[in-house]
Amino acid sequence: MKRTFAIAMADAFVVACALGSVGSASAAAPIKIGVIAEAQAVAGSSIAPSAQLAADEINAKGGIDGRKVEIVVYDDHSSSAEAVRAFQRAVSEDKVNAVIASYISEVVLALEPWAGRLKTLMITPGAASDVITQNIAKDYAHNKYTFHGYLTSSGLAGLVCDAAKDLLVKPYDMKTAVIMSEDAAWTTPLDAGYEECLPKVGLKVLDHIRFSPDTTDFTPIFNKIEAQKPDVIITGISHVGTQPTVQWKSQQVPIPMFGISSQATNSTFWKDTNGATEGVLYNAVSGPGVAVTPKTLPYVAAYVKRYGNQPAYSGYTAYDEVYMIADAIHRAGSTNSDKMVAAMEKTDYIGTIGRIEFKPKGDPHVHGLKTGPGFITGLMLQWQDGKQLNMWPKDLAVGTVKFPSFIKLPAH
Amino acid sequence: MLFWQILIDGFAISALYALGATGFTLIFGVSGVLNLSHGAIMVAAAVAAWAAAGQLHVGAYLAALIGVLVGVILAFATYFVTVRPIQRSRKIAEAEKEIFILTATLLWGIIIQEAIAYLFTNNAKTVLPIVDGVVTFLGVRTPSNEFFTAIVCWVAIGLLWLLVNRTRRGKAVLAASMNPRGVTLLGIELSNIYLTVWALYGLLAGIAGILLGMFLGVSSYSVGPLTASAFSIVVLGGLGSVSGSLIAAYVVGYLETLTAYLVSPAYRTIPALLLLIVVMYLRPQGLFGRR
Repeated sequence: MKRTFAIAMADAFVVACALGSVGSASAAAPIKIGVIAEAQAVAGSSIAPSAQLAADEINAKGGIDGRKVEIVVYDDHSSSAEAVRAFQRAVSEDKVNAVIASYISEVVLALEPWAGRLKTLMITPGAASDVITQNIAKDYAHNKYTFHGYLTSSGLAGLVCDAAKDLLVKPYDMKTAVIMSEDAAWTTPLDAGYEECLPKVGLKVLDHIRFSPDTTDFTPIFNKIEAQKPDVIITGISHVGTQPTVQWKSQQVPIPMFGISSQATNSTFWKDTNGATEGVLYNAVSGPGVAVTPKTLPYVAAYVKRYGNQPAYSGYTAYDEVYMIADAIHRAGSTNSDKMVAAMEKTDYIGTIGRIEFKPKGDPHVHGLKTGPGFITGLMLQWQDGKQLNMWPKDLAVGTVKFPSFIKLPAH
Repeated sequence: MLFWQILIDGFAISALYALGATGFTLIFGVSGVLNLSHGAIMVAAAVAAWAAAGQLHVGAYLAALIGVLVGVILAFATYFVTVRPIQRSRKIAEAEKEIFILTATLLWGIIIQEAIAYLFTNNAKTVLPIVDGVVTFLGVRTPSNEFFTAIVCWVAIGLLWLLVNRTRRGKAVLAASMNPRGVTLLGIELSNIYLTVWALYGLLAGIAGILLGMFLGVSSYSVGPLTASAFSIVVLGGLGSVSGSLIAAYVVGYLETLTAYLVSPAYRTIPALLLLIVVMYLRPQGLFGRR
């Protein structure tokens, strides 16, 4: 009797231990990733849903080392002040392990010192200002927690120039350009990049027009540009998009638009402009139906299936970033911020927009993405008949450049 | 060439400003209400027309009509939800009602703005234009839509003038703007006049919003600047004076166009705002104000 009792006790002990260990496994604290983005802006609205999609995929496969990934979403209403409050709340109250933040450079620049102060890894899926990485280079010890998960403006300018050489200078013998860009943090290095690289590919810069992002009437701007008779307008627009595009069409400005037009990357742009975007050429890191990597199209398909619309450019990067953070935590074996930063720096990941590696310490754009062959090359798409077709680079192209009838191309 | 360009572009944009400001000043002149949800109603009308054309595929004319209808409905909603309850309230002191209405319409405007941003995102949208293409006039290639905008604006303002000066109902509105008590003594129901004025206002704001959506495009961000521009035009012209508003709209429109062409598009709105400050100093009642 005594013996049975002892066995029973031992059994109970074993069962209790087993239960205990099961209990601790299921109670393993989830990995929390904060997403601070712009729910109402088309460019920002894909960020949180894409991050959630990646988290759900990771969780369906068992999480990271048995820990689930949890996405905590904050809407910053496109305001730096609200983003900073959200960041503070994310770190001190919601105890997130990392933050994915915003497509707006001004917002990310406001968050950057907070990532340093609160020692929290932050990565942006869509901001472009070069100053983000320059700040890290200037004060690495303090700012190393920030990663730039999208191309820098100067990098974008280089990609646009490369595409201009193949798509405009060679086939159409274009020789002159006017730069037209909105006055914002991200376009200062972009314009400097354009000024430097356009002459190198054979396009002389005749003028450089910067306008306020709250401009509504673009008539004077287009008339000014037309008076200089350039072969092409090189754009740098993101906060505006619909209005200049529609007015370009309604005024029948006879000069093609080519460059960065962030809003044109979105699938709803055709509807927003009532089709005025026909013929507009824009740079992007992804496009509908373009298999940049084997992960690109499955991501888009999953996104469309779940949310019913196409993701904006920052959706692709936000999706990759959740995987990159998860991978870094797995390799670091810890959610300690310094260890995560060290692991992030060693990232070598094939994402939806190309192969991702960060520039190393010592580079003037440390923690920026490596670009060029073998890494991220970007695409050049054109709106044709309601569809976004890729024109460049050649191996991923699905069509040829076509311009609306009101465009006058330079005589050969 | 540049001269004609400025003349034509300035004329179209000024006509649009004039139409937008007319409704705003009419409401103030007759019922003393400064409607700060003005910009939101204009944008809502334009976005409704955009959505009708893009999602219901109803065609440009019907879409525009739906937009105007939304403008009228929202004008009545503004009156019944925010203005009338305050005007009739016994808990709010008579002297404070003006500031209550001001705040209420401001908040109402923000509610509409946020609803638009929530339902349709804050991306700019353009209303499907009724007329397409360009015409070359005096050597300037101008979108036909620009002429269409100017013509519709002036026809609408002309019809308003006829209504106010040539019909019995309109004359009552005019009388109410001069002396509300006198009108009631003549046996005319003041609340009916208010309804007429709000209906007229909804029509004017709706048409202005749709034309703006066709000509330049609108987004939920345009709400604040649109209210501000109508407000400053009306203050410049003299609160409550329709003809003052029309002239002020042209002063502001041409000043902006001149600045955009001759100085820089980045400084477009600054000279008009400086002028407003100067007028406030020298002639606080506005250029053609009565009070």
